[in-house]
Amino acid sequence: MEGQSARRLRWKVASHLLLVPFLLFALFPFYHMALTSLKQDRELYDRQAVPLLIRQGPTLDHYQKLLWESAFLTWTKNSLLVTLLATTLSLVIGTVAAYALARLRFFGVASFGTGIFVTYLVPTSLLFLPMAQVVNWLGLGDSKWSLVVTYPTFLVPFCTWLLMGYFRTVPKEVEECAMVDGATRIQALLRIVLPIAVPGLVCAALFAFTLSWNEFIYALTFTSSSDQITASVGVTSELIRGDVYFWGPLMAGAILGSVPIVVLYVFFLDYYVSGLTAGALK
Amino acid sequence: MAVGNVGVATVARRSLRVRVRELIDREKILGPVFVTPALLLLVLLVAYPFAMALYFSVSNAFIGRPSHFIGVQNFVNLWQSDAFRQTFQNAFVFTGSAVAIKLVLGISLALLLNQQLWFKRAIRGAVLLPWVIPTALSTLGWWWMFSSLYSVVNWTGIAVGIMDPPGPNWLGQKYYAMTAVVAVNVWRGLPFFAITILAGLVSIPRELYEAAEADGAGPVGRFWYVTLPMLKPVLAIVVLFSTIFTFSDFNIVYVLTHGGPINSTHLFATLARQIGLETGRIAEGAAISLYLFPLLVFVVYAQLKFVRKEVY
Repeated sequence: MEGQSARRLRWKVASHLLLVPFLLFALFPFYHMALTSLKQDRELYDRQAVPLLIRQGPTLDHYQKLLWESAFLTWTKNSLLVTLLATTLSLVIGTVAAYALARLRFFGVASFGTGIFVTYLVPTSLLFLPMAQVVNWLGLGDSKWSLVVTYPTFLVPFCTWLLMGYFRTVPKEVEECAMVDGATRIQALLRIVLPIAVPGLVCAALFAFTLSWNEFIYALTFTSSSDQITASVGVTSELIRGDVYFWGPLMAGAILGSVPIVVLYVFFLDYYVSGLTAGALK
Repeated sequence: MAVGNVGVATVARRSLRVRVRELIDREKILGPVFVTPALLLLVLLVAYPFAMALYFSVSNAFIGRPSHFIGVQNFVNLWQSDAFRQTFQNAFVFTGSAVAIKLVLGISLALLLNQQLWFKRAIRGAVLLPWVIPTALSTLGWWWMFSSLYSVVNWTGIAVGIMDPPGPNWLGQKYYAMTAVVAVNVWRGLPFFAITILAGLVSIPRELYEAAEADGAGPVGRFWYVTLPMLKPVLAIVVLFSTIFTFSDFNIVYVLTHGGPINSTHLFATLARQIGLETGRIAEGAAISLYLFPLLVFVVYAQLKFVRKEVY
Protein backbone atom coordinates (compact mmCIF):
# COMPACT_ATOMS: atom_id res chain seq x y z
CA MET A 1 0.00 0.00 0.00
CA GLU A 2 2.80 2.37 0.94
CA GLY A 3 4.71 1.39 -2.20
CA GLN A 4 1.74 2.39 -4.28
CA SER A 5 1.37 5.83 -2.72
CA ALA A 6 5.11 6.46 -3.09
CA ARG A 7 4.81 5.51 -6.74
CA ARG A 8 1.88 7.82 -7.16
CA LEU A 9 3.84 10.68 -5.62
CA ARG A 10 6.81 10.01 -7.88
CA TRP A 11 4.51 10.01 -10.91
CA LYS A 12 2.96 13.27 -9.73
CA VAL A 13 6.37 14.92 -9.42
CA ALA A 14 7.36 13.54 -12.82
CA SER A 15 4.21 15.03 -14.40
CA HIS A 16 5.14 18.44 -13.06
CA LEU A 17 8.68 18.13 -14.34
CA LEU A 18 7.44 17.13 -17.78
CA LEU A 19 5.14 20.17 -17.79
CA VAL A 20 8.05 22.57 -17.21
CA PRO A 21 9.17 22.82 -20.87
CA PHE A 22 5.56 23.44 -21.96
CA LEU A 23 5.13 26.19 -19.37
CA LEU A 24 8.45 27.79 -20.30
CA PHE A 25 7.41 27.77 -23.97
CA ALA A 26 4.02 29.32 -23.14
CA LEU A 27 5.21 31.98 -20.70
CA PHE A 28 8.74 32.96 -21.74
CA PRO A 29 7.66 35.36 -24.51
CA PHE A 30 5.58 37.34 -22.00
CA TYR A 31 8.41 37.40 -19.49
CA HIS A 32 10.83 38.62 -22.13
CA MET A 33 8.40 41.30 -23.37
CA ALA A 34 7.79 42.60 -19.86
CA LEU A 35 11.51 42.57 -19.12
CA THR A 36 12.36 44.48 -22.29
CA SER A 37 9.72 47.10 -21.58
CA LEU A 38 11.26 47.76 -18.14
CA LYS A 39 14.93 47.76 -19.13
CA GLN A 40 17.02 50.88 -19.68
CA ASP A 41 18.13 51.44 -23.28
CA ARG A 42 21.76 51.32 -22.19
CA GLU A 43 21.39 47.72 -21.03
CA LEU A 44 18.86 46.75 -23.69
CA TYR A 45 21.23 47.43 -26.56
CA ASP A 46 24.37 46.19 -24.84
CA ARG A 47 25.26 42.99 -26.66
CA GLN A 48 27.46 41.84 -23.77
CA ALA A 49 24.60 42.02 -21.26
CA VAL A 50 22.52 39.01 -20.24
CA PRO A 51 19.13 39.43 -21.99
CA LEU A 52 17.28 37.28 -19.43
CA LEU A 53 17.65 39.65 -16.47
CA ILE A 54 17.60 43.32 -15.50
CA ARG A 55 20.90 44.15 -13.84
CA GLN A 56 21.19 47.90 -14.20
CA GLY A 57 17.88 48.75 -12.58
CA PRO A 58 14.35 48.90 -14.07
CA THR A 59 12.85 52.03 -15.61
CA LEU A 60 9.39 53.25 -16.64
CA ASP A 61 10.81 55.47 -19.42
CA HIS A 62 9.41 53.31 -22.19
CA TYR A 63 5.93 53.42 -20.69
CA GLN A 64 6.12 57.19 -20.31
CA LYS A 65 7.22 57.53 -23.92
CA LEU A 66 4.38 55.26 -25.02
CA LEU A 67 1.69 57.10 -23.08
CA TRP A 68 2.75 60.71 -23.67
CA GLU A 69 4.65 60.67 -26.96
CA SER A 70 2.40 58.40 -28.99
CA ALA A 71 -1.38 58.25 -29.50
CA PHE A 72 -1.58 55.00 -27.54
CA LEU A 73 -4.37 56.26 -25.25
CA THR A 74 -6.50 57.22 -28.25
CA TRP A 75 -5.95 53.80 -29.82
CA THR A 76 -6.95 52.10 -26.58
CA LYS A 77 -10.08 54.25 -26.34
CA ASN A 78 -10.98 53.28 -29.92
CA SER A 79 -10.42 49.61 -29.13
CA LEU A 80 -12.66 49.86 -26.08
CA LEU A 81 -15.45 51.65 -27.92
CA VAL A 82 -15.42 49.26 -30.88
CA THR A 83 -15.16 46.19 -28.68
CA LEU A 84 -17.92 47.16 -26.27
CA LEU A 85 -20.37 48.18 -29.00
CA ALA A 86 -19.65 45.21 -31.27
CA THR A 87 -19.91 42.82 -28.32
CA THR A 88 -23.23 44.21 -27.08
CA LEU A 89 -24.74 44.28 -30.55
CA SER A 90 -23.62 40.74 -31.34
CA LEU A 91 -24.79 39.41 -28.01
CA VAL A 92 -28.32 40.75 -28.53
CA ILE A 93 -28.59 39.54 -32.13
CA GLY A 94 -26.98 36.22 -31.20
CA THR A 95 -29.23 35.61 -28.20
CA VAL A 96 -32.51 35.92 -30.09
CA ALA A 97 -31.18 33.91 -33.04
CA ALA A 98 -29.88 31.19 -30.73
CA TYR A 99 -33.20 30.99 -28.89
CA ALA A 100 -35.06 30.62 -32.17
CA LEU A 101 -32.67 27.86 -33.28
CA ALA A 102 -32.81 26.02 -29.99
CA ARG A 103 -36.54 26.21 -29.32
CA LEU A 104 -38.76 27.31 -32.17
CA ARG A 105 -39.87 25.33 -35.19
CA PHE A 106 -40.50 27.39 -38.29
CA PHE A 107 -39.88 27.39 -42.02
CA GLY A 108 -36.18 27.35 -42.90
CA VAL A 109 -34.84 26.89 -39.37
CA ALA A 110 -32.60 23.98 -40.33
CA SER A 111 -30.94 25.80 -43.23
CA PHE A 112 -30.49 28.89 -41.06
CA GLY A 113 -28.69 26.72 -38.50
CA THR A 114 -26.39 25.35 -41.17
CA GLY A 115 -25.81 28.88 -42.48
CA ILE A 116 -24.74 30.05 -39.03
CA PHE A 117 -22.39 27.11 -38.66
CA VAL A 118 -20.82 27.74 -42.06
CA THR A 119 -20.23 31.45 -41.42
CA TYR A 120 -18.78 30.52 -38.03
CA LEU A 121 -15.97 28.82 -39.97
CA VAL A 122 -15.43 31.55 -42.60
CA PRO A 123 -12.07 33.16 -41.88
CA THR A 124 -11.89 36.96 -41.95
CA SER A 125 -8.94 36.81 -44.31
CA LEU A 126 -11.22 35.37 -47.01
CA LEU A 127 -13.48 38.42 -47.23
CA PHE A 128 -11.45 41.46 -46.19
CA LEU A 129 -10.86 42.81 -49.70
CA PRO A 130 -14.51 43.01 -50.87
CA MET A 131 -15.50 43.99 -47.31
CA ALA A 132 -13.26 47.05 -47.65
CA GLN A 133 -15.33 48.06 -50.69
CA VAL A 134 -18.59 47.58 -48.79
CA VAL A 135 -17.19 49.69 -45.96
CA ASN A 136 -16.37 52.47 -48.43
CA TRP A 137 -19.84 52.36 -49.94
CA LEU A 138 -21.34 52.66 -46.49
CA GLY A 139 -19.29 55.84 -46.11
CA LEU A 140 -17.30 54.34 -43.25
CA GLY A 141 -13.89 54.24 -44.92
CA ASP A 142 -11.10 55.02 -42.42
CA SER A 143 -13.54 55.16 -39.50
CA LYS A 144 -13.66 53.06 -36.36
CA TRP A 145 -17.42 52.71 -36.96
CA SER A 146 -16.63 50.41 -39.86
CA LEU A 147 -15.34 47.95 -37.25
CA VAL A 148 -18.50 48.21 -35.12
CA VAL A 149 -20.46 47.24 -38.24
CA THR A 150 -18.18 44.46 -39.52
CA TYR A 151 -17.09 42.69 -36.32
CA PRO A 152 -20.58 41.24 -35.74
CA THR A 153 -20.09 39.23 -38.95
CA PHE A 154 -17.85 36.83 -37.04
CA LEU A 155 -19.16 37.52 -33.51
CA VAL A 156 -22.84 36.77 -34.21
CA PRO A 157 -22.25 33.26 -35.62
CA PHE A 158 -19.97 32.54 -32.66
CA CYS A 159 -22.42 33.81 -30.00
CA THR A 160 -25.36 32.09 -31.68
CA TRP A 161 -23.54 28.78 -31.83
CA LEU A 162 -22.38 28.97 -28.23
CA LEU A 163 -25.72 30.15 -26.79
CA MET A 164 -27.73 27.61 -28.75
CA GLY A 165 -25.91 24.92 -26.80
CA TYR A 166 -26.69 26.62 -23.49
CA PHE A 167 -30.37 27.20 -24.29
CA ARG A 168 -30.79 23.52 -25.12
CA THR A 169 -29.66 22.58 -21.63
CA VAL A 170 -32.55 24.58 -20.12
CA PRO A 171 -35.40 22.08 -19.65
CA LYS A 172 -38.35 22.86 -21.90
CA GLU A 173 -40.77 22.11 -19.05
CA VAL A 174 -39.65 25.13 -17.02
CA GLU A 175 -40.58 27.42 -19.87
CA GLU A 176 -43.82 25.60 -20.66
CA CYS A 177 -44.91 25.94 -17.02
CA ALA A 178 -44.53 29.71 -17.23
CA MET A 179 -46.44 29.82 -20.48
CA VAL A 180 -49.30 27.77 -19.05
CA ASP A 181 -49.46 30.40 -16.31
CA GLY A 182 -50.14 33.01 -18.99
CA ALA A 183 -46.68 34.36 -19.78
CA THR A 184 -45.91 34.99 -23.43
CA ARG A 185 -42.94 33.32 -25.05
CA ILE A 186 -40.93 36.55 -24.94
CA GLN A 187 -41.68 36.95 -21.22
CA ALA A 188 -40.67 33.33 -20.65
CA LEU A 189 -37.42 33.96 -22.52
CA LEU A 190 -36.62 37.12 -20.56
CA ARG A 191 -37.66 35.95 -17.08
CA ILE A 192 -37.02 32.18 -17.15
CA VAL A 193 -34.59 31.13 -19.86
CA LEU A 194 -32.10 34.01 -19.82
CA PRO A 195 -31.54 33.95 -16.03
CA ILE A 196 -30.82 30.21 -16.21
CA ALA A 197 -28.47 30.75 -19.15
CA VAL A 198 -26.44 33.50 -17.45
CA PRO A 199 -23.21 31.45 -17.45
CA GLY A 200 -23.62 31.00 -21.19
CA LEU A 201 -24.22 34.72 -21.69
CA VAL A 202 -21.13 35.60 -19.65
CA CYS A 203 -19.10 33.14 -21.66
CA ALA A 204 -20.37 34.48 -24.99
CA ALA A 205 -19.72 38.07 -23.85
CA LEU A 206 -16.17 37.24 -22.78
CA PHE A 207 -15.33 35.50 -26.03
CA ALA A 208 -16.93 38.22 -28.13
CA PHE A 209 -14.94 40.83 -26.20
CA THR A 210 -11.71 38.88 -26.63
CA LEU A 211 -12.27 38.15 -30.31
CA SER A 212 -12.99 41.76 -31.17
CA TRP A 213 -10.21 43.18 -29.00
CA ASN A 214 -7.78 40.81 -30.73
CA GLU A 215 -9.10 41.31 -34.26
CA PHE A 216 -6.37 42.56 -36.58
CA ILE A 217 -6.87 42.18 -40.33
CA TYR A 218 -10.14 44.15 -40.60
CA ALA A 219 -8.83 46.91 -38.35
CA LEU A 220 -5.61 47.08 -40.35
CA THR A 221 -7.46 47.19 -43.66
CA PHE A 222 -10.41 49.50 -42.90
CA THR A 223 -8.74 52.14 -40.73
CA SER A 224 -5.47 54.00 -41.02
CA SER A 225 -5.67 57.46 -39.43
CA SER A 226 -4.02 57.70 -36.06
CA ASP A 227 -7.27 58.81 -34.36
CA GLN A 228 -9.31 55.89 -35.76
CA ILE A 229 -7.09 52.84 -35.38
CA THR A 230 -7.27 50.25 -32.58
CA ALA A 231 -4.55 49.34 -30.10
CA SER A 232 -3.21 46.31 -32.01
CA VAL A 233 -2.95 48.26 -35.25
CA GLY A 234 -1.48 51.35 -33.59
CA VAL A 235 1.21 49.41 -31.78
CA THR A 236 2.20 47.30 -34.78
CA SER A 237 2.18 50.09 -37.35
CA GLU A 238 2.92 53.41 -35.67
CA LEU A 239 5.49 52.56 -33.00
CA ILE A 240 8.00 51.06 -35.39
CA ARG A 241 10.23 53.87 -36.59
CA GLY A 242 13.20 53.96 -38.91
CA ASP A 243 15.80 53.59 -36.17
CA VAL A 244 16.65 50.39 -34.31
CA TYR A 245 15.97 51.70 -30.82
CA PHE A 246 12.19 51.41 -30.64
CA TRP A 247 11.98 48.06 -28.88
CA GLY A 248 11.30 49.39 -25.37
CA PRO A 249 8.15 51.41 -26.18
CA LEU A 250 7.05 48.70 -28.65
CA MET A 251 7.13 46.00 -25.96
CA ALA A 252 5.46 48.39 -23.51
CA GLY A 253 2.68 48.87 -26.08
CA ALA A 254 2.31 45.13 -26.63
CA ILE A 255 2.05 44.59 -22.86
CA LEU A 256 -0.41 47.42 -22.16
CA GLY A 257 -2.48 46.51 -25.23
CA SER A 258 -3.01 43.06 -23.72
CA VAL A 259 -3.94 44.28 -20.23
CA PRO A 260 -7.76 44.37 -20.64
CA ILE A 261 -7.76 40.77 -21.86
CA VAL A 262 -5.43 39.63 -19.08
CA VAL A 263 -7.66 41.25 -16.44
CA LEU A 264 -10.76 39.50 -17.79
CA TYR A 265 -8.77 36.31 -18.10
CA VAL A 266 -7.62 36.31 -14.49
CA PHE A 267 -11.17 36.80 -13.20
CA PHE A 268 -12.98 34.48 -15.60
CA LEU A 269 -10.46 31.74 -16.34
CA ASP A 270 -13.01 28.95 -15.90
CA TYR A 271 -15.37 30.56 -18.37
CA TYR A 272 -12.60 30.74 -20.94
CA VAL A 273 -11.82 27.06 -20.47
CA SER A 274 -15.47 25.99 -20.72
CA GLY A 275 -16.22 28.35 -23.62
CA LEU A 276 -13.24 27.13 -25.58
CA THR A 277 -14.37 23.53 -25.38
CA ALA A 278 -18.06 24.37 -25.82
CA GLY A 279 -17.37 26.43 -28.94
CA ALA A 280 -15.50 23.58 -30.55
CA LEU A 281 -17.39 20.60 -29.25
CA LYS A 282 -21.07 21.46 -29.22
CA MET B 1 -68.34 62.93 -25.14
CA ALA B 2 -64.69 63.64 -25.56
CA VAL B 3 -63.88 61.47 -22.58
CA GLY B 4 -65.90 58.58 -24.03
CA ASN B 5 -64.04 58.80 -27.34
CA VAL B 6 -60.67 58.55 -25.67
CA GLY B 7 -61.89 55.50 -23.74
CA VAL B 8 -63.03 53.69 -26.89
CA ALA B 9 -59.76 54.52 -28.64
CA THR B 10 -57.70 53.09 -25.77
CA VAL B 11 -59.71 49.89 -25.72
CA ALA B 12 -59.33 49.50 -29.48
CA ARG B 13 -55.61 50.20 -29.29
CA ARG B 14 -55.12 47.83 -26.42
CA SER B 15 -56.91 45.00 -28.14
CA LEU B 16 -54.83 45.63 -31.26
CA ARG B 17 -51.70 45.47 -29.16
CA VAL B 18 -52.86 42.22 -27.57
CA ARG B 19 -53.61 40.79 -30.98
CA VAL B 20 -50.19 41.78 -32.33
CA ARG B 21 -48.56 40.30 -29.26
CA GLU B 22 -50.41 37.03 -29.65
CA LEU B 23 -49.54 36.91 -33.33
CA ILE B 24 -45.85 37.52 -32.67
CA ASP B 25 -45.88 34.89 -29.97
CA ARG B 26 -46.63 32.11 -32.42
CA GLU B 27 -43.59 29.98 -33.23
CA LYS B 28 -44.00 30.37 -36.97
CA ILE B 29 -43.89 34.15 -36.62
CA LEU B 30 -41.56 34.62 -33.66
CA GLY B 31 -38.88 32.33 -35.17
CA PRO B 32 -38.40 34.35 -38.35
CA VAL B 33 -38.61 37.63 -36.36
CA PHE B 34 -35.82 36.42 -34.07
CA VAL B 35 -33.50 35.29 -36.83
CA THR B 36 -34.06 38.30 -39.10
CA PRO B 37 -31.31 40.55 -37.63
CA ALA B 38 -28.72 37.78 -37.84
CA LEU B 39 -29.91 36.81 -41.31
CA LEU B 40 -29.73 40.38 -42.61
CA LEU B 41 -26.21 40.72 -41.24
CA LEU B 42 -25.07 37.48 -42.83
CA VAL B 43 -26.63 38.29 -46.18
CA LEU B 44 -25.40 41.90 -46.38
CA LEU B 45 -21.95 41.51 -44.84
CA VAL B 46 -20.98 37.90 -45.55
CA ALA B 47 -22.87 36.56 -48.57
CA TYR B 48 -22.74 39.82 -50.50
CA PRO B 49 -18.99 40.42 -50.02
CA PHE B 50 -18.43 36.81 -50.96
CA ALA B 51 -20.35 37.34 -54.20
CA MET B 52 -18.21 40.45 -54.76
CA ALA B 53 -15.05 38.42 -54.21
CA LEU B 54 -16.27 35.97 -56.87
CA TYR B 55 -16.94 38.84 -59.28
CA PHE B 56 -13.63 40.60 -58.53
CA SER B 57 -11.71 37.43 -59.21
CA VAL B 58 -13.01 37.27 -62.80
CA SER B 59 -12.69 41.01 -63.46
CA ASN B 60 -9.86 43.46 -63.97
CA ALA B 61 -10.86 45.57 -60.93
CA PHE B 62 -8.21 48.02 -59.81
CA ILE B 63 -8.68 50.37 -56.85
CA GLY B 64 -10.61 53.44 -58.03
CA ARG B 65 -11.23 52.31 -61.60
CA PRO B 66 -14.30 50.78 -63.34
CA SER B 67 -13.91 47.06 -63.98
CA HIS B 68 -14.74 44.59 -66.74
CA PHE B 69 -15.23 40.86 -66.97
CA ILE B 70 -12.04 39.13 -68.08
CA GLY B 71 -12.78 35.48 -67.34
CA VAL B 72 -10.14 33.33 -65.66
CA GLN B 73 -7.29 35.63 -66.69
CA ASN B 74 -6.42 36.46 -63.06
CA PHE B 75 -6.04 32.81 -62.16
CA VAL B 76 -3.85 32.22 -65.25
CA ASN B 77 -1.70 35.22 -64.31
CA LEU B 78 -1.35 33.98 -60.75
CA TRP B 79 -0.13 30.57 -61.84
CA GLN B 80 2.47 32.26 -63.99
CA SER B 81 3.83 34.30 -61.09
CA ASP B 82 6.62 32.89 -58.94
CA ALA B 83 5.31 34.70 -55.87
CA PHE B 84 1.97 32.94 -56.09
CA ARG B 85 3.40 29.49 -56.74
CA GLN B 86 5.73 29.98 -53.79
CA THR B 87 2.79 31.09 -51.62
CA PHE B 88 0.76 28.07 -52.66
CA GLN B 89 3.58 25.78 -51.56
CA ASN B 90 4.17 27.76 -48.34
CA ALA B 91 0.51 27.46 -47.36
CA PHE B 92 0.66 23.67 -47.41
CA VAL B 93 4.07 23.42 -45.74
CA PHE B 94 3.00 25.89 -43.03
CA THR B 95 -0.40 24.32 -42.37
CA GLY B 96 0.81 20.72 -42.58
CA SER B 97 3.73 21.13 -40.23
CA ALA B 98 2.00 23.47 -37.77
CA VAL B 99 -1.11 21.28 -37.43
CA ALA B 100 0.95 18.08 -37.10
CA ILE B 101 3.18 19.57 -34.39
CA LYS B 102 0.20 21.05 -32.54
CA LEU B 103 -1.56 17.68 -32.64
CA VAL B 104 1.37 15.71 -31.21
CA LEU B 105 2.28 18.32 -28.59
CA GLY B 106 -1.40 18.93 -27.85
CA ILE B 107 -2.07 15.27 -27.04
CA SER B 108 1.07 15.10 -24.86
CA LEU B 109 0.20 18.28 -23.01
CA ALA B 110 -3.42 17.17 -22.50
CA LEU B 111 -2.25 13.83 -21.07
CA LEU B 112 0.01 15.69 -18.63
CA LEU B 113 -2.73 18.14 -17.64
CA ASN B 114 -5.00 15.16 -16.97
CA GLN B 115 -2.68 13.87 -14.23
CA GLN B 116 -2.98 14.67 -10.53
CA LEU B 117 -1.47 18.16 -10.25
CA TRP B 118 -0.81 20.51 -7.36
CA PHE B 119 -1.55 23.82 -9.04
CA LYS B 120 -4.13 22.62 -11.54
CA ARG B 121 -5.89 25.95 -12.11
CA ALA B 122 -2.72 28.03 -12.29
CA ILE B 123 -1.12 25.60 -14.72
CA ARG B 124 -4.18 25.55 -16.96
CA GLY B 125 -4.28 29.33 -16.85
CA ALA B 126 -0.63 29.57 -17.89
CA VAL B 127 -1.08 27.03 -20.68
CA LEU B 128 -4.08 28.84 -22.16
CA LEU B 129 -2.57 32.33 -21.96
CA PRO B 130 -0.93 32.52 -25.43
CA TRP B 131 -4.32 31.80 -26.94
CA VAL B 132 -6.18 34.75 -25.38
CA ILE B 133 -3.58 37.51 -25.83
CA PRO B 134 -3.95 39.57 -29.05
CA THR B 135 -1.88 37.63 -31.61
CA ALA B 136 -0.60 40.73 -33.38
CA LEU B 137 0.85 42.00 -30.10
CA SER B 138 2.33 38.75 -28.82
CA THR B 139 3.89 38.19 -32.25
CA LEU B 140 5.71 41.49 -31.75
CA GLY B 141 7.35 39.85 -28.74
CA TRP B 142 8.46 36.95 -30.94
CA TRP B 143 9.71 39.39 -33.54
CA TRP B 144 11.95 40.88 -30.89
CA MET B 145 13.04 37.41 -29.74
CA PHE B 146 14.06 36.58 -33.33
CA SER B 147 15.56 40.00 -34.16
CA SER B 148 18.83 39.77 -36.03
CA LEU B 149 21.03 41.69 -33.56
CA TYR B 150 19.56 41.01 -30.14
CA SER B 151 17.86 37.62 -30.51
CA VAL B 152 17.38 36.08 -27.08
CA VAL B 153 16.79 32.73 -28.79
CA ASN B 154 20.29 32.85 -30.27
CA TRP B 155 21.80 34.17 -27.05
CA THR B 156 20.32 31.22 -25.13
CA GLY B 157 21.28 28.74 -27.85
CA ILE B 158 24.87 29.98 -27.79
CA ALA B 159 24.98 30.03 -23.98
CA VAL B 160 23.73 26.45 -23.82
CA GLY B 161 26.14 25.45 -26.57
CA ILE B 162 23.72 24.24 -29.26
CA MET B 163 24.36 27.17 -31.64
CA ASP B 164 27.55 28.60 -33.10
CA PRO B 165 27.80 32.38 -32.70
CA PRO B 166 26.20 34.47 -34.07
CA GLY B 167 23.42 31.91 -34.61
CA PRO B 168 20.89 31.87 -37.44
CA ASN B 169 19.37 35.04 -38.84
CA TRP B 170 15.87 33.74 -38.15
CA LEU B 171 13.77 36.14 -40.17
CA GLY B 172 16.28 36.79 -42.94
CA GLN B 173 16.85 33.26 -44.19
CA LYS B 174 14.29 31.20 -46.08
CA TYR B 175 13.96 28.00 -44.06
CA TYR B 176 14.63 29.64 -40.72
CA ALA B 177 11.89 32.20 -41.40
CA MET B 178 9.40 29.40 -42.14
CA THR B 179 10.51 27.63 -38.96
CA ALA B 180 9.94 30.85 -37.01
CA VAL B 181 6.39 31.42 -38.29
CA VAL B 182 5.50 27.77 -37.69
CA ALA B 183 6.92 28.01 -34.16
CA VAL B 184 4.84 31.08 -33.35
CA ASN B 185 1.73 29.47 -34.81
CA VAL B 186 2.33 26.36 -32.69
CA TRP B 187 2.87 28.56 -29.63
CA ARG B 188 -0.40 30.38 -30.18
CA GLY B 189 -2.50 27.35 -31.28
CA LEU B 190 -1.26 24.69 -28.85
CA PRO B 191 -3.57 25.79 -25.98
CA PHE B 192 -6.62 25.21 -28.15
CA PHE B 193 -5.48 21.65 -28.89
CA ALA B 194 -4.43 20.89 -25.33
CA ILE B 195 -7.52 22.23 -23.56
CA THR B 196 -10.00 20.75 -26.04
CA ILE B 197 -8.29 17.34 -26.04
CA LEU B 198 -8.19 17.50 -22.25
CA ALA B 199 -11.97 17.92 -22.22
CA GLY B 200 -12.16 14.83 -24.42
CA LEU B 201 -9.87 12.88 -22.08
CA VAL B 202 -11.90 13.77 -19.02
CA SER B 203 -15.06 12.42 -20.65
CA ILE B 204 -13.62 8.93 -21.29
CA PRO B 205 -15.31 6.53 -18.82
CA ARG B 206 -12.93 5.18 -16.19
CA GLU B 207 -14.39 1.67 -16.53
CA LEU B 208 -12.82 1.30 -19.97
CA TYR B 209 -9.36 1.75 -18.46
CA GLU B 210 -10.14 -0.65 -15.66
CA ALA B 211 -11.38 -3.23 -18.15
CA ALA B 212 -8.26 -2.79 -20.29
CA GLU B 213 -6.06 -3.13 -17.22
CA ALA B 214 -7.90 -6.30 -16.23
CA ASP B 215 -7.16 -7.63 -19.72
CA GLY B 216 -3.48 -7.03 -19.05
CA ALA B 217 -2.94 -3.81 -21.07
CA GLY B 218 -0.01 -1.64 -19.94
CA PRO B 219 0.07 2.19 -20.13
CA VAL B 220 0.98 2.13 -23.84
CA GLY B 221 -1.69 -0.43 -24.62
CA ARG B 222 -4.29 1.56 -22.72
CA PHE B 223 -3.34 4.72 -24.63
CA TRP B 224 -3.40 2.92 -27.97
CA TYR B 225 -6.56 0.85 -27.53
CA VAL B 226 -8.67 3.04 -25.23
CA THR B 227 -7.54 6.68 -25.23
CA LEU B 228 -6.88 7.21 -28.94
CA PRO B 229 -10.05 5.52 -30.27
CA MET B 230 -12.19 7.34 -27.69
CA LEU B 231 -10.54 10.66 -28.59
CA LYS B 232 -11.05 10.24 -32.31
CA PRO B 233 -14.12 12.51 -32.66
CA VAL B 234 -12.51 15.28 -30.59
CA LEU B 235 -9.25 15.01 -32.52
CA ALA B 236 -11.15 15.18 -35.80
CA ILE B 237 -12.93 18.39 -34.78
CA VAL B 238 -9.79 20.03 -33.42
CA VAL B 239 -7.74 19.18 -36.51
CA LEU B 240 -10.46 20.38 -38.89
CA PHE B 241 -10.91 23.65 -36.99
CA SER B 242 -7.22 24.27 -36.71
CA THR B 243 -6.58 23.43 -40.37
CA ILE B 244 -8.89 26.13 -41.66
CA PHE B 245 -7.65 28.76 -39.21
CA THR B 246 -3.97 27.93 -39.75
CA PHE B 247 -4.39 27.87 -43.52
CA SER B 248 -6.01 31.32 -43.45
CA ASP B 249 -3.56 32.79 -40.93
CA PHE B 250 -2.60 36.41 -41.46
CA ASN B 251 -1.43 38.05 -38.22
CA ILE B 252 1.69 36.02 -37.49
CA VAL B 253 3.21 36.22 -40.94
CA TYR B 254 2.25 39.86 -41.42
CA VAL B 255 3.91 40.96 -38.18
CA LEU B 256 6.88 38.61 -38.18
CA THR B 257 8.12 38.55 -41.77
CA HIS B 258 5.67 40.44 -44.05
CA GLY B 259 5.90 37.32 -46.24
CA GLY B 260 9.65 37.64 -46.71
CA PRO B 261 12.44 36.91 -47.30
CA ILE B 262 11.61 36.78 -51.05
CA ASN B 263 8.04 35.49 -50.49
CA SER B 264 9.29 32.42 -48.65
CA THR B 265 6.72 32.79 -45.82
CA HIS B 266 3.81 34.42 -47.69
CA LEU B 267 0.42 32.81 -47.08
CA PHE B 268 -2.69 33.42 -49.20
CA ALA B 269 -3.99 36.09 -46.83
CA THR B 270 -0.77 38.10 -46.66
CA LEU B 271 -0.13 37.85 -50.40
CA ALA B 272 -3.76 38.85 -51.08
CA ARG B 273 -3.26 41.94 -48.96
CA GLN B 274 0.01 42.85 -50.62
CA ILE B 275 -1.34 42.42 -54.18
CA GLY B 276 -4.86 43.70 -53.49
CA LEU B 277 -4.14 46.73 -51.31
CA GLU B 278 -0.47 47.66 -51.47
CA THR B 279 -0.27 47.42 -55.27
CA GLY B 280 -4.00 48.05 -55.84
CA ARG B 281 -4.66 44.99 -58.05
CA ILE B 282 -7.79 44.17 -56.09
CA ALA B 283 -9.02 41.61 -58.66
CA GLU B 284 -5.92 39.47 -58.31
CA GLY B 285 -6.01 39.93 -54.53
CA ALA B 286 -9.58 38.61 -54.42
CA ALA B 287 -8.58 35.67 -56.60
CA ILE B 288 -5.78 34.81 -54.15
CA SER B 289 -8.14 35.01 -51.16
CA LEU B 290 -10.52 32.65 -52.91
CA TYR B 291 -7.91 29.91 -52.74
CA LEU B 292 -8.95 29.62 -49.09
CA PHE B 293 -12.43 28.66 -50.21
CA PRO B 294 -11.98 25.03 -51.38
CA LEU B 295 -10.43 24.10 -48.03
CA LEU B 296 -13.26 25.86 -46.21
CA VAL B 297 -15.80 23.85 -48.22
CA PHE B 298 -13.96 20.64 -47.39
CA VAL B 299 -13.79 21.42 -43.67
CA VAL B 300 -17.48 22.36 -43.50
CA TYR B 301 -18.42 19.24 -45.47
CA ALA B 302 -16.29 16.99 -43.27
CA GLN B 303 -17.68 18.52 -40.09
CA LEU B 304 -21.28 18.19 -41.25
CA LYS B 305 -20.87 14.73 -42.72
CA PHE B 306 -18.68 12.90 -40.23
CA VAL B 307 -18.49 14.82 -37.01
CA ARG B 308 -21.79 16.56 -36.39
CA LYS B 309 -24.44 14.26 -37.74
CA GLU B 310 -27.05 16.81 -36.67
CA VAL B 311 -25.83 20.35 -37.00
CA TYR B 312 -28.69 22.32 -35.88
